[in-house]
This record gives sequence, structure tokens and C-alpha cells, in this order.
Amino acid sequence: MSSGAPQTALTAPLRELGRAGLFLLTAFSRMRFGPRQLAEILRQVYFAGVRSLVIIVICGFFVGLVLTLQTYDTLTRFGAADAVSTVLALSLFRELGPVLAALLFAGRAGTSITAEIGLMRATEQLDALDLMAIDPMERIVQPRLLAGLIALPALVLIFNLTAIVGGIFFAVFLMGSDPISFWANMQSSVELMRDFGGGMFKSVCFGFVAAWLAVWFGWSARPTSEGVALATTQTVIATAIAVLVLDFILSAFML
Amino acid sequence: MTESSDIAISLRRVTVRLGGRTILEDLDLDIPAGQVTAVMGPSGAGKTTVLRLVTGQLKPDAGEVWIGETRVDRLGGKALGRLRRNIGVLLQNGALFTDLTSFDNVALPLREHTRLSESLIRRIVLMKLEMVGLRGAAQLYPSELSGGMKRRVATARAMALDPGIMFYDEPFAGLDPISLGVSLRLIRDINAALGTTSVVITHDVREVAKLADHACIIADRKLVATGTPDELAASADPLVRQFMQGEPDGPVPFHYPAHALDEELMLRGESR
Repeated sequence: MSSGAPQTALTAPLRELGRAGLFLLTAFSRMRFGPRQLAEILRQVYFAGVRSLVIIVICGFFVGLVLTLQTYDTLTRFGAADAVSTVLALSLFRELGPVLAALLFAGRAGTSITAEIGLMRATEQLDALDLMAIDPMERIVQPRLLAGLIALPALVLIFNLTAIVGGIFFAVFLMGSDPISFWANMQSSVELMRDFGGGMFKSVCFGFVAAWLAVWFGWSARPTSEGVALATTQTVIATAIAVLVLDFILSAFML
Repeated sequence: MTESSDIAISLRRVTVRLGGRTILEDLDLDIPAGQVTAVMGPSGAGKTTVLRLVTGQLKPDAGEVWIGETRVDRLGGKALGRLRRNIGVLLQNGALFTDLTSFDNVALPLREHTRLSESLIRRIVLMKLEMVGLRGAAQLYPSELSGGMKRRVATARAMALDPGIMFYDEPFAGLDPISLGVSLRLIRDINAALGTTSVVITHDVREVAKLADHACIIADRKLVATGTPDELAASADPLVRQFMQGEPDGPVPFHYPAHALDEELMLRGESR
């Protein structure tokens, strides 16, 4: 067998990454901020962010519930039930909030962005923009990239908030923990910059990567129904892997 | 470049290769100014490639593409953008933006390329929609329009900036007889009212006879015939005759190239 096949298997992802990188550089090199661009960015923040709210709120609440349930059960055995809020807050702010919200964002908003751009390609809407001397990068790509940067950190905040509400509901209302010590422990154990700020920094990075991959897979999708379907699947897979790898790298540097 | 100012678009010895396949080879084509010209040819002959060359979406591997005194294949960036503002293109499916109403679709090029006030843009957009008979559908989204209506809105959008050249890519494909009649009249009316150079890319021979002042046939990577639709209909050239009369077999074969049937059947039998 020739060495062509394994070589291609190795180089194909690298080539794809290179193309996606060049695409990103092109998008940033043509960045413009006029009133029309800002209006379009806000519109995309609405589509990517506001429409992801329901899934973020529901999942956040239940993640808070189950996390408190598991830690409460374990910590009670060691007589450390008071530490439930500490575990809840630290795990949420540092890891679970940004990572889970990013994965949900990829599933809800990322796939939607990919499908939208892929269908614009398939129905010649991107060609039409080009033919009208309107830069598709400026009109389609940039607002969605920036919307991801803005929307995901906001969604992470909401995810964390609802998860804490879920935790309070379980620990205080169902298990009868003292609400004052619950809050006091959380407040004393969380460092604003290191824990909360670190998590928010991660969410900005994840938002950027999720939006980049969603836009890229839509942009490079084959202009057929199979091509668009494949591109949306690739968005979810690639974003999940990228977020988890990036999370490890960022965590290693932050600790 | 052009020998005569009556020529709006000129392709000189143009060769285009895509994916290892030669689409056009040494093509010479002149499109007269102010007339309706039909660019015809069998499917896959390179008709849409001509559109992509003239709008600068595609650079030829060899040859020159001219619009008036401007050499298109050497343009890029802002100069190409300026040129494209003078070209209106109706794509095959209209390519309307699905998240915008008909009004906003037509207003888009005006908002992007002019500094006109919203009230003036509103007047222009309503006038363009009136021309295509869809002023009443201004607030409808593309999903609420029929296929023919979408193309009419897209036509209004293409002529929003009053371009000097209008391209219509397969404007009659899949239209019912009424929509087809409307499209034919519209192309004629726009040509007459705005004095544009209209290029209709199509393979609908009957419609071309009713519409075009001038027609040309591209086949086998080259320009094979040019003239008025009547002249082409009377041509003795076998390829032109096959195309104009819709004969299933001839210089353009019915069968895709393959081994002889007997040979193929024998091979299959042996492989089992």
C-alpha cells in the first residue's frame, strides 16, 4: 500500500485547521465597526444568546441540583455537609459553568449558525452578496464571530446563577441546611479574580472558538443538503473537542 | 480593446480550466450594448462561467475579459466592487435573503452603497417593486412568496442601483406559463425603460426567439454560432440545428461515453 492514505489522514485535519485559521485572519483583517455593523452584531447576540436562554436556564438549574445532591451525600458521610456550597461554587465557576454552557451553546447556537451559513451558500445568498459588492465576511461572518464572544460569557453567568439557585433549592429547602452558612462558605471560599474571573476568561475563549468553528463549518460546507447536515455535525464534534482540550490547557496555566 | 463602442462586453481568447477540466477554450464573445442577448448552450457548456467571468468572480486561465474600456480580469478589491455596482445579476433561484422582507431585500444594495435618506430609499424601493408588480408584497418574507414572485423581487433588487448591465441566469427554469410570460415581459420592459445591456443565460430556445435581439450558442468549449434568433433557427450547422430543434441525438450524443454494451455485459459476467 502506498503511504498516501495515512499521510492524507494526518495532513487533512492540519490543512483544515490551516484553512480555518486563514479564514479567521481574513475575517479580522476586514473588520469594520459602523452603526450598521453594531446593529447586526446586536441582532446576532439576540439570535445566539437570547434563544439559548431556555436551554441554559433549565440545564443550569438541574446541574446545580444534581451536583449538590452528589456532594451533599458524600460530604455528609465525612461530617462536612457545610462545604457543599464551596464545592458547588468552585466547580461551577472554574469548570462546569464555562464548559457545559459552551457545549450547550455549540448544540443550540453553533449548529444554527452553521446551518444558516451553509444554506446561504447552497441557495446562492453568499454569491448574491458578493455580486452586489457587499463583503460576505463583513456582513455575515464578523457579526456572528463577535456575537459568540459576547453571548457565551453572558450565558455562563446565567448558567452559574441558575445552578446556584438549584443548589440552594436542594441544600436549603429540601435538606434543611442553614442558608447563612451556605452563603458564607461560598463567599469565603471563592476568589473573585482567580475563580470567578478565571471562569469568565475561559468562557470568552470558548465563545470565540465555538463561534469560529460554527461559522467556518457553515462557510466551507458543500452546497447540498448532505453537506449542510455534515457541517452541523462537524460543528458539534469539533467544538466539543476544542472546548475540552482548551479547558485543560487554560486550567493548567491558571492553577 | 473593443473595435466598436456598440460592444458592451467582450471576451477575447478566454480559456477557463476548473478541476482539471477545460470549460472554455479560446472563446471569443461580443455582447452588443443596449440589446437583449441570449447566451445559450447545452447544460454544462460553460454559460454560467461566462457570467462568473464578466462579474469578476472567476479569473480566466488565459485571455481577456472587457466591460467597455475596463479589463475585468485584472480588477480586484475596491475597483471590482465599483464595477459590480454597475452590474445587476438575477441568480437562478433569486437568492433572496430569507431573514429580510421583500422591501429590505431591495433596499439592501441602496443602504450599503449610497448615502440616501431612508425616505428616498423607500421611494426608490417602492418604485422598483412597482415595476415588477410586487409593491403590494413589500412586507412579505421570501418564504411567503411563490418561485416566480421571488425572482421578480430579486429582479427588483438587481436593478436597485440602476445598473448598466443586467444578467439573468436561467430566468425561465421551472416557471409556470403565466410566470414565464411575466418574466419575458419584465426583461423586455427593463431593457427598454433603463436602456441596459441585458444578458440572458438560458437553454430555453422558444423563449429566446420571443425575447432576444441577439443570441449566441456556446458548446464544446467554444462559441459555435451567433446571430439573431431567426438566423440561428435557420442554421445548417448540425450542432446548432440539434440544439435549436431539441433533437435528442446528434453532435451532442445521447449516450454518456462508455464501453460498448456487449463488452460491458461480458466483463460483468466474467467478474462473477
